[in-house]
Amino acid sequence: MTIECPAPRHEDEVVLLGHGAGGRLTAELLDRLILPATGGGHGPLEDAALLPDHRDLVISTDGFVVSPLFFPGGDIGCLAVHGTVNDLAMRGAQPLALTVSLVIEEGLPLADLRAVMQSLGKAARDVGVPVVTGDTKVVGRGAADKLFVTTTGVGRRHSALHPSAALARPGDAVLLSGPVGLHGTTVLSTREGLGFESDIASDTRPLHRLVAALAPLGPAVHTLRDPTRGGLAAALNEIAHASSVAVEIDERAVPVPGPVASACDLLGLDPLVVANEGCLTAFVAPDAAEDALTALRSLPEGAQAVRVGEVLPDGPAGRVTLRTLVGARRIVDMPLGEQLPRIC
Amino acid sequence: MKYLDEYRDPALARHLLDELRATATRPWRIMEVCGGQTHTLVRQGIDELLPAGMRMIHGPGCPVCVTPLETLDRAMAIAARPGVTLTSFGDMLRVPGTGTDLLSLRARGADVRVVYAPMDAVRLAARHPDREVVFLAVGFETTAPANATAVLHAARLGLTNFSMLVSHVLVPPAMTTLLDDPDCEVQAFLAAGHVCAVTGWRAYEPIAARYRVPIVVTGFEPLDLLEGVLMAVTQLESGRHEVANQYARAVRRTGNTAAQDAVRTVFQVTDRAWRGIGTLPASGLELTEEYTRFDAARRFAVRDLSPAEDPSCIAGAILTGARLPTDCAAYGTRCTPRHPLGAPMVSSEGTCAAYHAAGRVRSQP
Repeated sequence: MTIECPAPRHEDEVVLLGHGAGGRLTAELLDRLILPATGGGHGPLEDAALLPDHRDLVISTDGFVVSPLFFPGGDIGCLAVHGTVNDLAMRGAQPLALTVSLVIEEGLPLADLRAVMQSLGKAARDVGVPVVTGDTKVVGRGAADKLFVTTTGVGRRHSALHPSAALARPGDAVLLSGPVGLHGTTVLSTREGLGFESDIASDTRPLHRLVAALAPLGPAVHTLRDPTRGGLAAALNEIAHASSVAVEIDERAVPVPGPVASACDLLGLDPLVVANEGCLTAFVAPDAAEDALTALRSLPEGAQAVRVGEVLPDGPAGRVTLRTLVGARRIVDMPLGEQLPRIC
Repeated sequence: MKYLDEYRDPALARHLLDELRATATRPWRIMEVCGGQTHTLVRQGIDELLPAGMRMIHGPGCPVCVTPLETLDRAMAIAARPGVTLTSFGDMLRVPGTGTDLLSLRARGADVRVVYAPMDAVRLAARHPDREVVFLAVGFETTAPANATAVLHAARLGLTNFSMLVSHVLVPPAMTTLLDDPDCEVQAFLAAGHVCAVTGWRAYEPIAARYRVPIVVTGFEPLDLLEGVLMAVTQLESGRHEVANQYARAVRRTGNTAAQDAVRTVFQVTDRAWRGIGTLPASGLELTEEYTRFDAARRFAVRDLSPAEDPSCIAGAILTGARLPTDCAAYGTRCTPRHPLGAPMVSSEGTCAAYHAAGRVRSQP
């Protein structure tokens, strides 16, 4: 099996929705078009970048285009704060400041905009990060889908924490701070009116406090990542690839809430590739695993933290495997693009 | 994962595997007809834990996979017309037609939408009387009742801008076609639980008797499949050939008669082409004369279709269980979920896609 598809590329190829889903199509777009053009792509792709010549400072930017704007558990406003705060946190940073850029579609009710901005402001205050500057643009009806929000954040690293996608090591414990699949199934269900809304709420929340709780473990914390688009499967594949290690997780240990499992069963989706906005995976040295779990569980957002697997002592670099319920092993591949609900 | 625990319990799974090993004295070959079951078998690695020599043969039960190329090309030709909104289930959108697929058409400006139920397409038509809303209606007996209900609803609403491109297929004719093949290796079937929830299993009784083949109506969870295999092997070992029901929590012998009535009202049995297999007599459903005004194939006279399969795709052999995906020279190289050559690589229920998602590789170059 090859990751690179040798099929000829056509000159008339266009961007597909799947190019934005965080899986292999997204990686292709980055590797072949965006990174070469911008001069990026050296070293592993991280959630946030170190500022050149200021190695204690971290910067990250993220665009939010979620539909619908409001969903159980959150809205695009708090999501835009949490997403960027979490990207900073995954490099071991405490957020210092945020910027907010709005692209608003003509016709958006002011009441909706007000609700989003109040939610955004409250989320920023709750995290303790000021919104220091921003930008507002309005485009014609049809030129955007109601409201796009882009946030950029700057953070300062906890002095002893230097996590990187490339630092996972054989023997590392793979920890997960909470259940998977909540955000993706909530948004899908709300958008499509599938009727799961009463059972599921997005897990959107800031994760910087969890990272602060891990800070005393210092260099034992090798890798942090919040599995957003592409879900846990994409995050683990990216880490396994960047660190050249083999990762194995236990299906029985991965917490999937019942309503998420039901929604995924019905739609033919895999909870491992559904987006999350409020949990992190941590790769920590084996002798620090219990302390890390204790630290995560000391906070409400990490109360359900579990150990889901380990980095194998030896194994094919870049491979993620799953020990299935019945005791077999299968490969967890990088998801391709957007998941399509199955027929029956 | 902590859900549906009673059907995913590892200790029970080990117990069933032990019992299977104790029961099986020969390398039996059992076909799971349904793509959903193939998916569970491969995702859980159940097929690799079976007693030595015993083999699961993956059947033609992926509705996306068996939809004829000509139907897909027709759907794309209709979708490309101005004023048309083409709707279908998500996994139909990536199936390759002769030149392109519906997702790519959408990216180029066609109004192609995912719906989660055919009634969504009816509602869309009611909301947009200025547009022709077409639902690409494929699937086995499972999806037929919902599609029939959608047609009945559209008729009650008096909609004139709603139609269906119907390509329904039926399971029993596919089973008998496979069994009539002198090279058929299948010794027992796991029948699809959700199909039988609609139809019941009466139609399978003459097949079991005539071909002397055990048929076990089976669910989709890991333990369902292990128990279904054990029930089939138990029959095989004792020389019996009956229809048994592993999926008693969802299936009755007579099925869902209200659903059957809706299907009979709107659809009639017809010959149907199966992608990769060919035309099987009386193996599909089409709209009855009374509802033919909802037939998209008639409403949109598409001509000049020249469907052409990629010659290197062995989808037909995959769908009939004659070959494994890993036997195919294109598997994982020229044919991937990114660029599928044939339908079994597209749907999550397709055998090739299930193998690819589980990371299975070709055993020989």
